[in-house]
Amino acid sequence: MGSEKMEQETTASRSFWSDIDMRAVAPFIALLLLLIVGALANPNFISITNLSNVATRSAFIAIIAVGATFVISSGDLDLSVGSMLAFVASLMILFMNSGVIADPLLMLLAAVLFATVAGTLCGLFNGLITTVGKIEPFIATLGTMGIYRGLTIWLAEGGAITLRSPDIQEIYGPVYFGSILGVPVPIVCILAVTLVAAFVLYRTRYGRHVVAVGSNRDVARYSGINVDKVRTIAFMAQGLCVAIAVLLYVPRLGSTSATTGILWELQAITAVVVGGTALKGGAGRVWGTICGAFILELVGNIMLLSNFISEYLIATIQGSIIIIAMLVQRTLTRKS
Amino acid sequence: MEFDDAGTAPVVLAANRVSKFFNGVQVLFSVNFDLRAGEIHALVGENGAGKSTFVKIMSGFEQPSSGEILLDGKPVKLPPNGAAEALGIVIIHQEFNLAEHLTVTESLFLGRELTRFGVLDRRTMRSETRRVLDSLGARIDENAPISSLSVADRQMVEIAKAISKDARVIFMDEPTAVLSTEETAVLFEQVRRLRDKGTSFVFVSHKLNEVLELTDRVTVLRDGQWVKTAPTSMLDGESIAQLMVGRELSSLYPAKTEPDVDEEVVLSAAGITTGFVRDASFEVRRGEIIGFSGLVGSGRTELMEAVAGLRPRLSGEVRIHGTQMPAGDVQATNAAGLAYMTKDRKSKGLLLNSKMMTNLTLQSLDQHGRYGYLSVASEERALERARKRFDIRVRDRRVVAGRMSGGNQQKLLLAKVMETEPQIIIIDEPTRGIDVGTKQQIYHFISALARGGKSIIVVSSELPEVIGLCSRVGVMREGRIVGWLEGEEINEQEIMRYSAGLKQMAS
Repeated sequence: MGSEKMEQETTASRSFWSDIDMRAVAPFIALLLLLIVGALANPNFISITNLSNVATRSAFIAIIAVGATFVISSGDLDLSVGSMLAFVASLMILFMNSGVIADPLLMLLAAVLFATVAGTLCGLFNGLITTVGKIEPFIATLGTMGIYRGLTIWLAEGGAITLRSPDIQEIYGPVYFGSILGVPVPIVCILAVTLVAAFVLYRTRYGRHVVAVGSNRDVARYSGINVDKVRTIAFMAQGLCVAIAVLLYVPRLGSTSATTGILWELQAITAVVVGGTALKGGAGRVWGTICGAFILELVGNIMLLSNFISEYLIATIQGSIIIIAMLVQRTLTRKS
Repeated sequence: MEFDDAGTAPVVLAANRVSKFFNGVQVLFSVNFDLRAGEIHALVGENGAGKSTFVKIMSGFEQPSSGEILLDGKPVKLPPNGAAEALGIVIIHQEFNLAEHLTVTESLFLGRELTRFGVLDRRTMRSETRRVLDSLGARIDENAPISSLSVADRQMVEIAKAISKDARVIFMDEPTAVLSTEETAVLFEQVRRLRDKGTSFVFVSHKLNEVLELTDRVTVLRDGQWVKTAPTSMLDGESIAQLMVGRELSSLYPAKTEPDVDEEVVLSAAGITTGFVRDASFEVRRGEIIGFSGLVGSGRTELMEAVAGLRPRLSGEVRIHGTQMPAGDVQATNAAGLAYMTKDRKSKGLLLNSKMMTNLTLQSLDQHGRYGYLSVASEERALERARKRFDIRVRDRRVVAGRMSGGNQQKLLLAKVMETEPQIIIIDEPTRGIDVGTKQQIYHFISALARGGKSIIVVSSELPEVIGLCSRVGVMREGRIVGWLEGEEINEQEIMRYSAGLKQMAS
């Protein structure tokens, strides 16, 4: 009896260590290392002002990447997010410029609702092409990436779309530039979106279904889960997240152009992968994704502050990061 | 006779006091084993007895923690990852390792293609493949893609592959699990032929009748320990089973109970037609266990999936408690109280990378929360109940399903399906690849469910199973139900007559 008990105890302590999944912890370790490197490169880097700026700037990618976490966890991929952001933002500005509602505040609220619906519908469109149309998500969203981008350029007639009403600009500005209890609004938004997303992914039936569909579609189907519905809703969640990013983006610049959101899909997917979500689906890590988005923005920031590498190489660096992250993920998976 | 020959034959491969630890847990305890030239040596034991680990060690896929392996009497360190094939030691895996889109020839020479001046020498490879297939007496087209072959033929290609590598020792892990009776007979004939030419086989199987029929000697493992090695002729099924379990197996099958004739018909399927299944009709009453038998590929699974709404049907109707079910709607069928338990527990039944709890409640999350919010505490309670009810034995409850033994996985899958509280349960191959002790438990679960008023449909390729459990058996052949057997008619000969097409019910 004594030896049996002891064996149980050693099993328990062993499984405590093996329970710490390196894939979940790795992004946070990377973030910490990056902070140390940054502090060494430039003492201003570690200041609250700088870090808060970095976090604020990462808001767009972070929020889009939270949506991407759902899509990727369910085993799909959405390449259209950058174009979708440009398209929805353009629609929103055009709607506000149309002046159908005289009161600027009411106009703005209507526009917010309009952008939210538009983003979700764009996501629904992606979802229906992949599920009902049974087209590989890679191809389907590559197609809509072109469609949304082209529509943006067409709406802007090759130039830029700019928010005209100064009244709306004045009311809307604080949504990006303001702060709540000293915390910049975009950071509050990141936290709110992530909290909701983490709750949905880890604590609800739908979240469980997403992970089941992502890890094995057959098992999900044989378990009576409506696989297509789960996948389509994930795409809609992605659309909704893009719309939330739009709501932060429009007050920042008040205009869109053909280059709005270019390569943001690369950044969003990179943030997800760096965060430890498996690209083949089945394991979603929302907090890791946020961590990944910070890492991307920090790398850019360090490049800017250190004069180490030309900042024009930013996309090159981000592209390298996603490849390195995949390599690291694979090694960690093999070990466990 | 055979034993005398084998008794004098030299030992090819032997294990001397081989032990193995995994993460500090000992799974093999100083096992001795010897394989002689030209013998078929059965390796039997319950799930978790250490058979698979032992086979991996003897074929180089794992290294022993202590002890030594002797090849032709000399100690060797077998190279890892299948490199032991160069020494003539080949393992034929439980799950096939054949790439679907390659042809037979291509898969035979995969990784060791013959070339002439750097260009693939297709002609020589084809003729060599033909030669090997002919020597096996296998009528398989060497140019056919693997995807077009039956499971038995794929097995034969695996064996051909082993032979073309000049294998001296072939490990076969559950080779007949997916084969029909005829296919098994063909396989055994070829194995015997190779044995007579001097090739040695290690035959791992749960099917004791096959062990008795095919093998020359038997080695029994129990809980990682060597229990006995004896000539097969000195043993019978009962004694092997006792050695495996270490206790008397009172009765494998529980007593049959038959429902009253006026019990309610809970499920009726009429004229079900899919791509392959044609015009299949049957009824199940409350508390009844009916069986479906037939050869592999006779359409049993397809019919059951059509009934369960997992696959569309071209015509026919399914009624549960009299209510007609929409075609191809698994959610509605589930909600009406019918659950289908797949035979493919690894690819369709369980999320192998998820924990037991996630798997258990996946199909029944509605019970564990409101408005989609899940109560983990409630799920934990469900897991505790299920572990007790279905006797799922694991050291650590947080273990992922993929690391559990086959028997425990099967119990978990059954528990998962039962969580939906179905009234009608279709169980496809209830005991594929699990040991005799767990089999007995599962038979008793099934019987208890029926006595509790549930209706059960057992689809099985193992004849004793349908014979031992079911009060009525439907036999399928080429997509049709060709016969119904009741009472005394339920026996092997009668079932075989129907499934082989020698007999057909008057329509």
